[in-house]
Amino acid sequence: MLQKIYDWIDERVDITPIWRDIADHEVPEHVNPAHHFSAFVYCFGGLTFFVVVIQILSGMFLTMYYVPDIENAWKSVYYLQTEVAHGQIVRGMHHWGASVVIVMLLLHTLRVFFQGAYKKPRELNWMVGVLIFFIMLGLGFTGYLLPWDNKAYFATQVGLQMAEQVPIIGDQLKILLAGDDEIVGAQTLTRFFAIHVFFLPAALFALLAAHFILIRRQGISGPL
Amino acid sequence: MHKGKGMKFVGDSRVSADRTLSKIPKDYSEYPGRTEAFWPNFLLKEWLAGSVFLVGFMCLTLAHPSPLGGLADPTNAAFIPLPDWYFLFLYELLKYKFASGEYILLGMIGIPGLAFGALLLAPFLDNGPGRRPHQRPIAVIMMLLALTATVWLTYTSAAHVDWEARAAMDQPVPPNSLEIDTSHEGFALYEASCLSCHGDALQGGAAGPSLVGIERSAEEIGVIAREGTEGGMPAGIFTGTDEELEQLVDFILTVNEQAAE
Repeated sequence: MLQKIYDWIDERVDITPIWRDIADHEVPEHVNPAHHFSAFVYCFGGLTFFVVVIQILSGMFLTMYYVPDIENAWKSVYYLQTEVAHGQIVRGMHHWGASVVIVMLLLHTLRVFFQGAYKKPRELNWMVGVLIFFIMLGLGFTGYLLPWDNKAYFATQVGLQMAEQVPIIGDQLKILLAGDDEIVGAQTLTRFFAIHVFFLPAALFALLAAHFILIRRQGISGPL
Repeated sequence: MHKGKGMKFVGDSRVSADRTLSKIPKDYSEYPGRTEAFWPNFLLKEWLAGSVFLVGFMCLTLAHPSPLGGLADPTNAAFIPLPDWYFLFLYELLKYKFASGEYILLGMIGIPGLAFGALLLAPFLDNGPGRRPHQRPIAVIMMLLALTATVWLTYTSAAHVDWEARAAMDQPVPPNSLEIDTSHEGFALYEASCLSCHGDALQGGAAGPSLVGIERSAEEIGVIAREGTEGGMPAGIFTGTDEELEQLVDFILTVNEQAAE
């Protein structure tokens, strides 16, 4: 039955290459922990993606309750935390996932680095990966403000003061992020929300797509 | 162009086997070994690893609920700002003399920019053919140094922070603040002795913790009012009579009972 559906679609849109891209390939022995346990280091990249998926899903559910406005942001998080069924767990997943994703990214980066897997022809994929790392740090920085509690507010204030010190574009950069050259307030929160929920995830998806397309095109690097 | 089933590729890549490209590295299909189909064999095992990871992750989430501090108060001058843990190393770096003051740009942009720039351009800086760590000692040593510095900076930054005191100072207060019964005979005493630190609704502030939701008996509250707490509240704040103390304690407990409802 499934084969018939597959053939029906394949006849019309030629999905075999697409299917091949996604799933139909061989996993070499040297990256398979079932053969060599030490190959678990190759799991870090996949687990990073797994946490990213957790972040996307939990984040989508959080926006069902979160209100990006200084009057209600904290109250909505408090409500989510105390009143909403499983709200504390979903927010907990997003909160801890933000830390775990950094740890997994670091482990993945170190694995690739110490194996020299970024060498020719995989230079581009390494650079895309480092850009993903930067995007993740940006997501961490902007997401930290959103609960609008004291630690979020004051950490962001320091972060913006640092942005201001950047030569030449410092002032503009601060205004771009904060919405004002003095006040960290209502505009800052909506801007950080927009950056955290729309701008950076869009960039992240594009880079992840490039990362995966490149790895499928070039294959995993051979054993050392 | 040849399409669909029956196409031949180099290894598991998308590079067509018809095109023999010398720049593509030796494929691992040329290494002896046992390959395994990604779908469905390998994916099933991968699910297993993912599930174990998920169980650990959920245990962490359930054991440590995500923290929420008090509502942001821009006028709170006593609050010491700290970034999230993965930015602590940058924050700590700025405390060094060579990275602050007149050298702030070096600490803020120079050193991190150099480190992250080198990370981004690693394949071009370390462009020899050898992949094994001992074949590229400079790259490996630089990475180990950077890694040690980052871990060390993060550690020194975090070790100086009293996380529990920080959390205690920044407790969330329910948004619908309690209606404080100002006609209660204990309120005047609270106003005189305690309000300046613990707030007009017992919500706490920069100098004192919240008195709502405390798990202490009447005697303990009485003792603390007179003698303070170790390392926290100083002794001798409340100097009224025993009868007044009783009224004060009763007031605090009444508010707590209200809050618990």
